[in-house]
Amino acid sequence: MSATLSTPAVGSPSARVAGTGHGRIVALGLGFCAVLCLAGLFAPKWLTFLLTMAAANGLVSLGIVGLMRGGVVPFGQGMMLALGGYTAALAFNKLGFTDALGLALAGGVVSMLAAAPFAPLLSRYRGIFFAMLTLALSMVTYGLLMKIEVLGGSDGFNLGRPTLFGQALPDARVGYILYVLTIVLATVMALLARIYFDSTRGLVTVAVRENELRVEYLGGSVRQAMTINFILAAFCGGLGGALVVMSLGHVEPNFSFWTTSGEFVFVAILGGWQSVAAVFVASTVLEVVRSFSSAYFPNTWQLALGLFLLFVIRFLPRGIGSLWMRGNNR
Amino acid sequence: MSFILEAKGLQKRFGAVVAASDINIGITAGERVSLIGSNGAGKTTFVNMITGYLKPDDGRITLDGQDITPLAPRAITRLGVARSFQIPQLYGDLSTLDNMLVANACHDQKLSFWQPARRPEAIARAEALLERFRLTEHRDRRVAELPGGVRKLLDIAMALTGHPKLLLLDEPTSGVSAEEKFPMMDTIMAALGHEKGTTVLFVEHDMDIVEKHASRVIAFYAGRVIADDKPAIALATDDVRRYVTGELLAE
Repeated sequence: MSATLSTPAVGSPSARVAGTGHGRIVALGLGFCAVLCLAGLFAPKWLTFLLTMAAANGLVSLGIVGLMRGGVVPFGQGMMLALGGYTAALAFNKLGFTDALGLALAGGVVSMLAAAPFAPLLSRYRGIFFAMLTLALSMVTYGLLMKIEVLGGSDGFNLGRPTLFGQALPDARVGYILYVLTIVLATVMALLARIYFDSTRGLVTVAVRENELRVEYLGGSVRQAMTINFILAAFCGGLGGALVVMSLGHVEPNFSFWTTSGEFVFVAILGGWQSVAAVFVASTVLEVVRSFSSAYFPNTWQLALGLFLLFVIRFLPRGIGSLWMRGNNR
Repeated sequence: MSFILEAKGLQKRFGAVVAASDINIGITAGERVSLIGSNGAGKTTFVNMITGYLKPDDGRITLDGQDITPLAPRAITRLGVARSFQIPQLYGDLSTLDNMLVANACHDQKLSFWQPARRPEAIARAEALLERFRLTEHRDRRVAELPGGVRKLLDIAMALTGHPKLLLLDEPTSGVSAEEKFPMMDTIMAALGHEKGTTVLFVEHDMDIVEKHASRVIAFYAGRVIADDKPAIALATDDVRRYVTGELLAE
């Protein structure tokens, strides 16, 4: 996905040719999605599960990247993951709605609706105040989920196997089908994100990060841009949360805990804000490091992760994406 | 007489400092007005009050008869008032072209989630304005790396993207070398020549530039208007010679 979802560098000859359309990017993105889906047929189950989690968690971090482009970093994206996850699990268990695609979209929509009332307030804040406010909301959600027994309290609860388009998923294929669903949704969201980032609204978001005063003096609305980005980030987080929960078959309050939010910020910083594809690469890196470190040195895997992040910040301060987005500041 | 911009009884204090004291000014459409005065005289405060950055303690500002005193900068911009800044307010990490595209997008007020910012017609519009300001060669350069004079021109070019009816230029030639000032102001005025009907107010310290480019001069001192007339007349008054140009003090 890496090379497919990036725009050419500003000023490069290709930028002048390809800067106005997305046909090539969409074609490459869909092609890469098809290759991943086909490869999943032959991949071991542990690998398809790892990539499913990477793509779903990458969606959650994609929301953070959208906000980072406007100059703010939320430390409460775990709340969106939890809202999406609980929505999918509750719809499955309480409403009997079992369609995996429907559950995923419901997770995104409910997170978006839950975030909408807070978005105008949060759009007033920047820097550490924005980060702390989102963290506070996330921790309030965590506290509520821990205390509400009907939601399983601190243990959370399980959900069964979803269906897809009315068809039951067989034992042998359930993992693969959820993998394909997650990859397809991640590709669609990644392409939409690229189109949004390259749009007039996307460019104004970057301008907000650079100079809010001038945006207002040009007639643009800074608060509107930040409000929209926060709501879109919530949708990404909820969608990813629902996909994570369906693959795990379990949901718990820890999804909204601050350390979970920290992991998504880690991925967003690792990927950088320039490239959409880099977010999913970074998410995959995190899952790989987490999986192998947990197996071989379970008590020190965070140490390995921290050292890796230090390395990236030192040598790639704009994230992994800057490797192939060099010169592009949008 | 109907004014495009009218300020009535403007008052503004910052603690003990009087930045505006009973300012009454009417500007007619198409005028080229220079605001002059020593540092702290109240020129930039006046510009900031017109554009909504500062609210007057008392008084009223109207644009085409509409009261804009309580409006925010964005709302005033959308009514057709644009400004440039003493210190250019740009997007340093973006290219010159992208700065223009941001300005285009904001002025159009039709922000889209999917319409590419870099579509051909938007690029063509941006390039046409860059050409007028002789900035084409800097099109793809990162703005943070541009020389000061070029940044000033870009700042003004961005303000012009919305074809404003009133343009305020805050010291357009400050920070530029003496040799560059005149060619730069000529470039600005030539570019503005394409904007039929745009009224221009510019804050300026160089009296030669004022005499050459202004059709009217308003001189400020300690928050008061001490002269308001044609350049030749205003610059010859005793108050202006004493408090602005310093000629009487020198004599």
